[in-house]
Amino acid sequence: MSILVDKHTKVIVQGFTGKQGTFHAEQCIAYGTNIVGGTTPGRGGESHLDRPVFNTVRDAVDDTGADASMIYVPAAFAADAILEAAEAGIKVIACITEGIPVLDMLKVKAALDFYDATLIGPNCPGIITPDECKIGIMPGHIHKAGSIGIVSRSGTLTYEAVKQTTDIGMGQSTCVGIGGDPIQGMSFIDVIEQFEADRQTKGIVMVGEIGGTAEEEAAEYIQAHVRKPVVAYIAGVTAPPGKRMGHAGAIISGGKGTAADKFGALEKAGVATVRSPAEIGQRVSDAFTG
Amino acid sequence: MNLHEFQAKHIFSQYGIPIPKGFVARSVAEAKSAAEQLGGSVWVVKAQVHAGGRGKAGGVKIAKSLDEVTQYTEEMLGTRLVTHQTDEHGMPINAVMIEEGLDIAREIYLGALVDRASKRVVFMGSAAGGMDIEEVAATEPEKIITVRVNPVAGLQPYQCRQMGFALGLTPAQIKQLTQIMRGLYRCFEERDLSLVEINPLIVTGDDELLALDAKINVDDNAIEVNRQAEIADMRDISQEDETEVQAAEHGLNYITLDGNIGCMVNGAGLAMATMDVIKLHGGEPANFLDVGGGTNKERVTEAFKIISASPDVQGILVNIFGGIVRCDMIAEGVIAAVKEVGVSVPVVVRLEGTNVAQGKQLLAESGLDIIPADDLTDGAEKVVGAVSA
Repeated sequence: MSILVDKHTKVIVQGFTGKQGTFHAEQCIAYGTNIVGGTTPGRGGESHLDRPVFNTVRDAVDDTGADASMIYVPAAFAADAILEAAEAGIKVIACITEGIPVLDMLKVKAALDFYDATLIGPNCPGIITPDECKIGIMPGHIHKAGSIGIVSRSGTLTYEAVKQTTDIGMGQSTCVGIGGDPIQGMSFIDVIEQFEADRQTKGIVMVGEIGGTAEEEAAEYIQAHVRKPVVAYIAGVTAPPGKRMGHAGAIISGGKGTAADKFGALEKAGVATVRSPAEIGQRVSDAFTG
Repeated sequence: MNLHEFQAKHIFSQYGIPIPKGFVARSVAEAKSAAEQLGGSVWVVKAQVHAGGRGKAGGVKIAKSLDEVTQYTEEMLGTRLVTHQTDEHGMPINAVMIEEGLDIAREIYLGALVDRASKRVVFMGSAAGGMDIEEVAATEPEKIITVRVNPVAGLQPYQCRQMGFALGLTPAQIKQLTQIMRGLYRCFEERDLSLVEINPLIVTGDDELLALDAKINVDDNAIEVNRQAEIADMRDISQEDETEVQAAEHGLNYITLDGNIGCMVNGAGLAMATMDVIKLHGGEPANFLDVGGGTNKERVTEAFKIISASPDVQGILVNIFGGIVRCDMIAEGVIAAVKEVGVSVPVVVRLEGTNVAQGKQLLAESGLDIIPADDLTDGAEKVVGAVSA
């Protein structure tokens, strides 16, 4: 088992023939992801990377039976792409696109309530179940099939956690990048709930950052519902208030969303925290030996 | 992106939100002619800077004669205003607003923002207008009235009435408030705002509601996708950090900090984490710098130039986790930059991920004085050690 995606997942790429879409689709295919086609409006009927191109997601789903989508559509059109995927019946939508206007996401988030679809991102590396299905931009080779579930707001920081859990030999069940935007699809809680229920997942690594209160909410949830060991790191202890640290969501405003608040909430919930991301692997290892 | 008060009020006027009569002035002559045009005997001279707390800092003056209008304008223009929201250098005052003096009966706070927890636009109101709202939120949160807008239905009149009654307004005033709130919401949606504040919203002696101040913050993403042309033209880079502006032109995300260790990292989360680890090992980061998850050689070179241009930087830590980005390409960028810029401070480089062996080999064979690091901890220790040595 694993969560959300596995070797049976059929994936389409929205923005298939663009530069980003092409490059990352190639990488995913090389990793072994079952990419069954993609969409680029106006280029339906063509073939790209030996796979069919469709005009609409509806056509792609009807023809290929796709149940997941990877979105590389530019920011101005990404909200439209997410809703098109949901309407066509796609179950797992990973939106990699960075820079989507916040009010677009506000509407998308409200509209998604009407569909049986799970949105990952936007502004995220995507999702990977090692050796089975990689949907996104993460480097496949640092992963190893195993037992740790990883959920993170940051891309490259996720890779740190992945590499360390690979190096200690435990590997990963599934890794989900939920993204660095203020309004996003899956939350920490949504992902952690699935890891808790997943038999393959033995422990959870959570990587948060400053801004918002998602980590504090996750801490409450973990305390009430999670029995598996959780190791957490929060980036941005040194971040000054009022400055947006790269991610639109990573900003301390009105005295809220500091790393200290988040560490405090997680520790209160019994989560093992580390002050340096370099210690994630060691702490995961400790959780299973000590 | 932030707007000046005069720009925000210009936007307000397009949405039927009442504002005091006033003009923007960029010279003493313009200020005087504005006051003459307004008439009356009392004027307000307000410094136009991207910072709150202007009143307490001397950036808002009541003038009781044309001579005082001239005098206050002269004192403000060309200087820098330091408020509790700015750093010690303050913000340059290149323009002032000259407004009619008004008879103020009551001051209210009204604002709206994107609330990430509820995933809604939320309106906030408080009877404690004119006050520092963050302080009210911290000390007396019960005094802040909130209204959440369903994005499908939009702001409803009952929500405006709810706000109005809670603020203790009369039915006639609530009618005006409803018009203001609906205008603000329409403005919020159409102009891609992330924050709008009227502090204070005043009730005049004649029972009229007016936006005495105006603060607008626009979603940068909406400007990036080119759908807010009028607002994009209002950008005033004199109010922004010069280095940050220069970095942004090269697709780099840079923020100046107080320390002496320059950082160059790919990815926002890892960049923050790198700062944290430096601090954990006793150092102080001089900046946050994200060269982007999928960066290239040119960006790395530019980033290096920006970091090494700062006189405060006594050491540099490069921390790259190559995913899609190849470490050998990053190494080439670092080597090119060190050669071109002639960096005189110690440079520690930690590379990990795709093509890491080739990257390390390039650095080792470059003949440059670059200190290699095995992991993040090692990198932080080495750069902190090099700076304090």
